[in-house]
Amino acid sequence: MLNKNGVPTLEEIKSRFPSEEFLNKPKAITECYEEIPCNPCSTSCPFDAIYIGEDINTAPIVDFEKCTGCGICVYNCPGLAIFTVQTKEDHLVFKIPYELVPYPEKGELVDAINRNGDIIGECEIEKVSITNRHDKTALLQVKVAQELLYEFITVRRKL
Amino acid sequence: MREFDLVIIGGGPAGLSAAKIAAESGLNSLIIERDYNVGGQLVKQTHMFFGSEKQYAKTRGIDIAKILVNDVLAYPDKVEIMTETTVVGLYKDNVLTLLQNEKYMKIKAKAIIIATGASEKFLAFENNDLPGIYGAGAVQTLMNVHGVLPSEEVVMVGSGNIGLIVSYQLIQAGVKVKAVLEAAPTIGGYKVHASKLKRLGVDILTSTSVKRAEGKDNLEKIIIAKLDKNWDYIPGTEEEIIVDALCISVGLSPLTSLLSMVEADMKFVNYLGGLVPVINHQHETSVKNIFVAGDVCGVEEASSAIVEGYFSGLIVAERLGHKHPRHEELYQDFEAQLENLRSGPFGEKTRLGLMELRGEDNAE
Repeated sequence: MLNKNGVPTLEEIKSRFPSEEFLNKPKAITECYEEIPCNPCSTSCPFDAIYIGEDINTAPIVDFEKCTGCGICVYNCPGLAIFTVQTKEDHLVFKIPYELVPYPEKGELVDAINRNGDIIGECEIEKVSITNRHDKTALLQVKVAQELLYEFITVRRKL
Repeated sequence: MREFDLVIIGGGPAGLSAAKIAAESGLNSLIIERDYNVGGQLVKQTHMFFGSEKQYAKTRGIDIAKILVNDVLAYPDKVEIMTETTVVGLYKDNVLTLLQNEKYMKIKAKAIIIATGASEKFLAFENNDLPGIYGAGAVQTLMNVHGVLPSEEVVMVGSGNIGLIVSYQLIQAGVKVKAVLEAAPTIGGYKVHASKLKRLGVDILTSTSVKRAEGKDNLEKIIIAKLDKNWDYIPGTEEEIIVDALCISVGLSPLTSLLSMVEADMKFVNYLGGLVPVINHQHETSVKNIFVAGDVCGVEEASSAIVEGYFSGLIVAERLGHKHPRHEELYQDFEAQLENLRSGPFGEKTRLGLMELRGEDNAE
């Protein structure tokens, strides 16, 4: 339970996703379940696709029609609570925030991790974006197995 | 004796922000900082901040410190900064006595803003004085200011935002965080921070606290136990964790000791972190021309300390006949920002605390 150990329920996770036909294109998933005074996801979005409004305590709402899955909100979220996901023919592509150095490298095989911190499989780093604009939060593009849509959350480098 | 329009005690986010607005208004001010650098706790904060753009959200704390310091350095003829200087006396006629490198001096101010911040609370348990038991602030100073790791492994006590954030920073520095203990039945801080830790494999144990520390010369292990709803240890639930460092992050208390030197009216308001000065809407204490800003008048986030600093700088400028050219507009803006920062569920403590402080009856 989120309140007890920081892990949302499957129902809570699914409530942040659009219906699956949207995911043919990359979309931002905002795992922000609480009303906290914060709005950088909304102000950083170049497509006006994340709504928070005047009261910055409001939880973000993504307009999946407008969202292009560009990933800018992913590295601008102070809570590291946003990722993007797209369904491809036989796999998923996630873009996730990552702040542990050394960063993984393109082509590296890493462990796929769920919200409980467990290893749930292996995945491949397709791209590592880290420029001044990212301000030390790297954006990793990761190729993930199809069945991990609601499970995958981050990667762990193999020892 | 040197005399300033405004003396600001404390060079953290509140103090720096107050100096900026005071300088814009034409006041000459002095910032007194006991550390060897201004910036306050922000200089240790490597994470991105929450809030809105006006409070530099999504900027890392360490970079916010640079922005606030540069804002003040832009007025070299208006703002003077004394570091490694401690205010040792504060008198009702606005005389301050200072100690800088064994040198004692007296200065006078037309107005004073006390922005001393808060200090960490500690926890009572057996052997809590063993080397290896730190406050979270000390760990951040060691690790993020001086580049020294506190230990190889650590257990964090407290799951408020500071406990969660420092745990994350420890992991980033390569320290293994073995667990986060939380005495309350639920996590105290933002769940986004908790989720960040959990996905890195850190367990947050609620209704659990540290009962005893053990070790010969240094901390070697801790005994933890479950707590019942009355916060008493449940017999038979003890567990041992081998660990060489324990980090305590169980809240902050306002640093108000200077206010007692001028006999300012004080009130104990638990929601605000303990004993706080009674203030009016202008952030003025019961002693005329002595104002407060930031955690010293109620423990909150750096974002609200920044806005309270701006606000008190604005008020002091007007009081001393140097009304800021955009006074009305800024006054409304700062009030609206504070209200916005405090309006959600996480602002409830501050809202209730301020109501209690002002003696408004509908405070719970």
